[in-house]
Amino acid sequence: MPKTPAGTLYRGREGQWSWVAHRITGVVIFFFLLVHVLDTSLVRVSPEAYDAVIAAYKNPIMGLGELGLVGAIVFHAFNGLRVIAVDFWKKGPRYHRQMLWGVVGLWALTMLAFSIRHLSVVFGGH
Amino acid sequence: MAVPTVESPRSGRVSPGYSRTRSSRGNFEMGAWLFMRLSGVVLVVMIFVHLWTSLVAGDGISQVDFGFVAGKWASPIWQAWDLVLLWLAMLHGTNGVRTIINDYAEKNSTRMWLKGVLYTATVVIILLGTLVIFTFDPCPVIDGVAHVASYCPTA
Repeated sequence: MPKTPAGTLYRGREGQWSWVAHRITGVVIFFFLLVHVLDTSLVRVSPEAYDAVIAAYKNPIMGLGELGLVGAIVFHAFNGLRVIAVDFWKKGPRYHRQMLWGVVGLWALTMLAFSIRHLSVVFGGH
Repeated sequence: MAVPTVESPRSGRVSPGYSRTRSSRGNFEMGAWLFMRLSGVVLVVMIFVHLWTSLVAGDGISQVDFGFVAGKWASPIWQAWDLVLLWLAMLHGTNGVRTIINDYAEKNSTRMWLKGVLYTATVVIILLGTLVIFTFDPCPVIDGVAHVASYCPTA
């Protein structure tokens, strides 16, 4: 097989870019999940060890990181439901673009609400 | 510029290079495809509740400490919740990364190595997490020193 195909299977636009975003957010979430199980496992080492590591999650820089993580999770969740609709709903493939804009809109609303809540905890000393 | 045409996968005229049938694979890939959708729906609900209880409700992330975990895992419902979440999320994530490795690693040996590392990490993390949930002690005694908390018996 030639390394550079003459044509391409990629069609761009909403379909391809939502697929790219789904992959990237999925990988990000997976790596956080590995770390998250490890940090939670510190409860079996000692309460002090767990509290010391969790304290790192409460500083402002990590707070912004959590915002990014939740943003990735919320997009992956809503777009995942859209993928299911495309696969199982008769009219799914026809409305996949409209559904993506629905996903983006719901994501923006969810993240606006979550940002207000989370940033006021992280920066406002709750 | 002429737009290259790509035959429909069902046309039966797909070039052999794009063929995805491996007779020995059986229905595994279809099972994996279905698992992603079924576990995905469950994970959306379970993870949103997980995020709500730890980052939104109460005092948000500032409330999370050893006592918070002890309070949650005092209930068998939250223990079961976190156990199911651990298994479903790890299997869903592992299958997703497996798909990505299959897509981008072209050499057989590279694919084999990457998937070996992936599956090792998956087994270790699932076993570790499961063990932690089942052996959690809210009032541990470490080096003869008992943990002091309102919910622990005083010596």
